[in-house]
Amino acid sequence: MMAHLPLLPILIPLFAAGLALLAEHRRFGMAPQRAIAALSLLAQLVVAGLLLQRVSQGEILVYLLGDWPARLGISLMVDRLAALMVTVALLLGIACWIHACAGWDRRAPHFQAFFQIQLMGLNGAFLTGDLFNLFVFFEVLLIASYGLLLSGGRGGRLRAGFHYVSVNIAASTLFLMALGLLYGLLGSLNMAEMAARVATASAHDRLLVQAAASLLLLVFCTKAALLPLSLWLPETYARAPGSVAALFAVMTKVGLYAVLRVSTLLFGSAAGVLANFAGPALLVAGVATLALASLGVIASTRLRVLASYLVLASAATLFIAFSLGRPDTIGAGLFYLVHSTFAGAALFLIAHHVRRHRDGDTAVAGLSARGWTVAGVMFLVAAVSLAGLPPLSGFLGKLALLDATRDHAEIWLALLLSSFVVLIGLARAGTRVFWKQAPSASQVALASPVLPARRLEVVATVLLLGYGVAITVAAAPLFAYTQAAATQLAAPAQYLEHMRAQTPILRSP
Amino acid sequence: MELALASAIGLLTAAGIYLLLRARSFDVILGMTLLSYATNLLIFACGRVVAGKPPVLRAFAPTTLAHYTDPLPQALVLTAIVIAFAMTAVSIVLAIRSRADNGSDHVDGIEGERLQEARNQARLQKRKRRA
Repeated sequence: MMAHLPLLPILIPLFAAGLALLAEHRRFGMAPQRAIAALSLLAQLVVAGLLLQRVSQGEILVYLLGDWPARLGISLMVDRLAALMVTVALLLGIACWIHACAGWDRRAPHFQAFFQIQLMGLNGAFLTGDLFNLFVFFEVLLIASYGLLLSGGRGGRLRAGFHYVSVNIAASTLFLMALGLLYGLLGSLNMAEMAARVATASAHDRLLVQAAASLLLLVFCTKAALLPLSLWLPETYARAPGSVAALFAVMTKVGLYAVLRVSTLLFGSAAGVLANFAGPALLVAGVATLALASLGVIASTRLRVLASYLVLASAATLFIAFSLGRPDTIGAGLFYLVHSTFAGAALFLIAHHVRRHRDGDTAVAGLSARGWTVAGVMFLVAAVSLAGLPPLSGFLGKLALLDATRDHAEIWLALLLSSFVVLIGLARAGTRVFWKQAPSASQVALASPVLPARRLEVVATVLLLGYGVAITVAAAPLFAYTQAAATQLAAPAQYLEHMRAQTPILRSP
Repeated sequence: MELALASAIGLLTAAGIYLLLRARSFDVILGMTLLSYATNLLIFACGRVVAGKPPVLRAFAPTTLAHYTDPLPQALVLTAIVIAFAMTAVSIVLAIRSRADNGSDHVDGIEGERLQEARNQARLQKRKRRA
């Protein structure tokens, strides 16, 4: 059983999705589906914990699917980074699932099945060590995200959804083209194997490899929303239902993960002339994205749009951290990634909460005074965290990043200016939403009746904010872990070593 | 053979991108389909263009690459075809539903002619205000 551990994060949600489809909600009600999903999440939590424990000592687990040797078949590969990403996605998924169980899963048909498939796609994308397999898992998670986004939606959401689907299909086509070219040039799709062949490519092939790899990075940048390719994001995320938008906070991180994986493994220190060839361009684009996102935060008139621009800002910050390609910046970036995923998702849930209880501009309609205090405090915690103010995790993440980029004045300028602009935007949004003067009695009478706050939704939001507090409290061990993950990424040769050392048990090729 | 294949890929890509940039959802879907055909041909060609050689092992031929064609790109193309096919179906359903809900499938949300009309009217009103 322990030998098959790397496969379980993919298998468990796959079977749970199938079972959730069989337990049709129109016949059996919501309870069986929710029980299946809860069991699946619990099992994944155990597996993620075991994986973290296995890799935290620096071991790289390699799992050969179908027992074919790594250079022929598909292999899964778990290092510190992959285990961390699986855990982050799962913790986020649990909060989003609790939020959805407050009622959204009843309105959107097959929500539970889509949700499990989404988790399967995310886990698969983080665990795979094969580039074509990465494409397949990207498609799995995208198809599930189309379902989550559009199921139960109408009108404007469908139009935004069509844009989202078209952008992603076009990006997937480019992904396939890049894969075809790379296979033609290098003769392998296993990432560790490709890394060895990039280093020994002839001068004649090198330009072609660079072109194909640029195409590949272009695709990942589209998913991670880097500037010229980021225009699809705010509209889509702002239109998505609350719990789904919160889950999507990890989707840009998948693109970032892929950029990091490809640029450290394929084009890391061992790649010779091509080492980190895209770094300078990514840095410039990252700074530009950060500027645009900060302006977007200030300009947005709705809380959900503001949250979308904050997702963009965090992705841009991570691009800046990863583009330098140094272990210390990558380690700081990974810490910031964990923080920004949870905090950004929490803001989406708060925006959903506010929207549900707010009637146009009359802020106080529909929720008791105590309910507003709770919402206000939740917003305050999320905003402090996102703006990077002490004492919460955002401050620690930004501090680590600034410390690691001490020799780059332009990065300091970009990060500090954008933090300031974001702070203004968040302060203004908080003042306008929560501190508006109470309307007169006649206005209250006209406004919609008081809706009871859904307890589960508040619980989910508090859980996400609690993750943020936990990161702050346990910052030292987490930071040590991300630093170790970055150091591991900086030595790509050992991946190849582990990959080649893993031989089939039953088969001799 | 290579020239024909390369020009076919180029033509399909060009036509696909042209259609992708148009404002109607039907054109966009056609463009995505053409692009996926181009991609399939490209992947297939990346296994090198070999005529009359099988991709599976045979008993009487020696197992060197001179006697076989690379089977992996063909497997990749199969996967790509299936995914592209499914995505086309999804986007068609989505486009139909979106058109039914929003009354238009134009990218700007308003039919082209109606957009022009609205612009003309705005211009007229501006003139009136000035007068």
